[in-house]
Amino acid sequence: MKRRDFLRNTAFASGAFMVPVFLKPLEALAATQLNGQRNLVIIQLSGGNDGLNTIVPFGDDIYYQKRSSIAIKPSDIIKLDDMQGFNPALLPLKELYDQGWMSIINSVGYPNPDRSHFRSMDIWQTASDSNQFLSSGWIGRYLDSNCQTCRNPYTAIEVDDTLSLALKGSTMKGIAVQDPGKLYQETREPFFKDLAHDAQGEHLNEDNLGYLYKTMIETYSSAEYIQQTSKIYAVKGTYPNTQLGSQLKTISKFINSGLSTRIYYVSLSGFDTHVGQQNQQNKQLSVYADAVAAFIKDLNQTGKLNDTLVMTFSEFGRRVEQNASNGTDHGTANNVLLFGGQIKKPGIFNEAPNLSDLDNGDLKYQIDFRQVYATMLDKWLGANNSQVLGKNFAGLAVV
Amino acid sequence: MDDLRTVKHLYARAGFGLRFADLSKAKHISVNKALKDLFKTSEADQPLTVVKSNVDMMTILKGDGEAKKMFLQQQRQQEKDLNLAWFNQLNTTDAVLREKMTLFWHNHFACRVNNAAYAQQLNNIQRSNALGNFKELTLQVSKSPAMLQFLNNQQNRKNHPNENFARELMELFTIGRGNYTEQDVKESARAFTGWGFDKDGLFVNRIGQHDAGQKSFLGKSGNFNGEDIINILLEQKQTARFICGKLYKYLVNEVPDPTHINAMADLFYAGKYEIKPLLEYVMTADWFYDNKNIGNLIKSPVELAVGLNRQFYISYQHPEVLLEFQRTLGQTLFNPPNVAGWPGGRNWIDSSSLMYRLKIPSLILNGGLIDFAGKADPEDEAYLAATRNRQTAVNTRVQTLPDWDKFLDGMPKHLSNLEIAQFLLEPKMCQTVQDAVVQAAELKTLAIEIVSTPEYQLC
Repeated sequence: MKRRDFLRNTAFASGAFMVPVFLKPLEALAATQLNGQRNLVIIQLSGGNDGLNTIVPFGDDIYYQKRSSIAIKPSDIIKLDDMQGFNPALLPLKELYDQGWMSIINSVGYPNPDRSHFRSMDIWQTASDSNQFLSSGWIGRYLDSNCQTCRNPYTAIEVDDTLSLALKGSTMKGIAVQDPGKLYQETREPFFKDLAHDAQGEHLNEDNLGYLYKTMIETYSSAEYIQQTSKIYAVKGTYPNTQLGSQLKTISKFINSGLSTRIYYVSLSGFDTHVGQQNQQNKQLSVYADAVAAFIKDLNQTGKLNDTLVMTFSEFGRRVEQNASNGTDHGTANNVLLFGGQIKKPGIFNEAPNLSDLDNGDLKYQIDFRQVYATMLDKWLGANNSQVLGKNFAGLAVV
Repeated sequence: MDDLRTVKHLYARAGFGLRFADLSKAKHISVNKALKDLFKTSEADQPLTVVKSNVDMMTILKGDGEAKKMFLQQQRQQEKDLNLAWFNQLNTTDAVLREKMTLFWHNHFACRVNNAAYAQQLNNIQRSNALGNFKELTLQVSKSPAMLQFLNNQQNRKNHPNENFARELMELFTIGRGNYTEQDVKESARAFTGWGFDKDGLFVNRIGQHDAGQKSFLGKSGNFNGEDIINILLEQKQTARFICGKLYKYLVNEVPDPTHINAMADLFYAGKYEIKPLLEYVMTADWFYDNKNIGNLIKSPVELAVGLNRQFYISYQHPEVLLEFQRTLGQTLFNPPNVAGWPGGRNWIDSSSLMYRLKIPSLILNGGLIDFAGKADPEDEAYLAATRNRQTAVNTRVQTLPDWDKFLDGMPKHLSNLEIAQFLLEPKMCQTVQDAVVQAAELKTLAIEIVSTPEYQLC
């Protein structure tokens, strides 16, 4: 390369590298081979979404007693049965619910719940016990141990700029891709071309330098695969003009273009509603519901809904009783929402949370979140949950 | 440059790398002399003082929404100030060994509290004892409001024990998992009942809440208090082994070598947990300078950024950029992921973090543009929700000012391109880096290329 071009090239500021063609892994699987491949999409709501004002237990008087100023009025609730209904901001999801594409799992949590955001998120992302510290995430460990075709980082894609712990295994890691075009461009900058040519020799050893060079090569070839595969497909569905909307649109592009990715991960934040909850939570729930409804309808149009399962969780729910600032404080068990074309038990999966049997003012969990993971791992991804979760968890008859 | 290579290795591990300005001096001194200098300059113990007031959460939380918002804002500002104050100290201090060991203890006694005054105090404890005595350090940490709060010892009361602190004290801070029973956890939790802090953040031993009964712990029985438990734990040789194993991974190699670790533990234990002789032993051992122990540790994000900042004397018009770097690369000071600290090593590296690592030198040194939206930190969620501002995207010029003159002035004039690269990189370069280096026509280009390589990620 011309050295003098090095600094003049402003694009260099975005960094880059290249590898020779012969080093690229087996990635050019024809899209036809991938038809019918199942996808799992995880949507993380960060901050601790108030599940009780999301799927509202309007049939329980205690709800109205404990939430005198932030309870949702019965007339505003989109009723699902005699006990529970949607927050009105979830209106776009009603159509999905009526089609049998949605399932609500109540009271999901874990023993000895931790009310700290980062710790509880850590527990959900690593699938650990509450007194256990794991440095790998559950999706990462799925890549490590359960997946025959997981040689490539793009087996699990987080549509974001940085990679969450959930997608980091001990030996394998997923890849973060906010914008495939941008990632591709960045990996095609000139400087690292020569470096990577050399990477076939001693620099691909088992030592840390070898590890760095291998990660470079994987990033380079993954960026190419993702871009070249997905750019041929133009998403037809209409998505809301929000960040989550565009992230789910990107995932639709990936799925519909036949990317051989099994798991997608995306997060939406802004749910830590200690103060003036209603406006804030409704706004975020609207963003969520609009984007998810667009996504599910889009996948239905393209015939991919039967291959897709969407799971939404938050690190904890909130206390049953509101606080003095028209908000709610950190709580414990929460609902998990599933969407897809192959939900075996659509609707409300299990009974509404019991508001009269609380643990220090917090909901008691009925279903361990790792049972939900086990269900997705075993029944949806064809994996073995005990290899990922450290011990065997009973699945749920929901998919 | 073989003699220089050992001194350079010492500075890479005991500090944040050797500067060109230090080269002329370093070339002529032995490792022993260099180590003496490192200890000498690290005698200075400069505490952080940026957080002046202890924001009292309870009184403010009783207030209305506006008061809460203001509280959250103030808390955030203090956390930011504290983070940047330490970063600045890391970038500019001469007491590099003390700061390097403060980072080690920061990760060993990992703690995360919202109260920045408490976090600052704990950091200062870790700094002033960084090269001192491990028992003293453990005692002070155990009595700090930050740790008492973080591990819930404030709620540990007679007849209502909270085992959190007692458990982590053993599992993560002293003897390590597998060397105690659940009963030991229960008994030692009773011994720590009553340890807490008052509203001014001062340690208090609340006698009325202390369980003064008989306890059995690790084969001993007596009317133990918290100090007794720490003493008994440190009487176990396993504690010396556990700490030395961790330190070996931090300073020498991620792959433990039992022979070397046992030798370290013998010395540490016999020396009553004095830290300085242990470090002297490690850093003068032949094996410390074995080829396999050179240039094979992955720099933590903070080590990477601090190394760059020190080598190129970078000043930041917007120091907040340093917070973005930390967050994006996965290590925000004072915000470890949990009480076990950052796992380190290859855990630092994934596709995106490696891309940023290779990109950051050109951003900082060549006036680039940051263009990424970082994830919000979970602890910022309340603030984000309250301010209704979830826009975390950063799209701004980094606006840094490397001091090229100082960098170039420090550089000896007779050095070849290859020698410059050998100086800036710890591992052996791959052939292509060598070729690129030889061809580089201009020193700035050369320097930026060198620090934009995978090789530069190692120390």
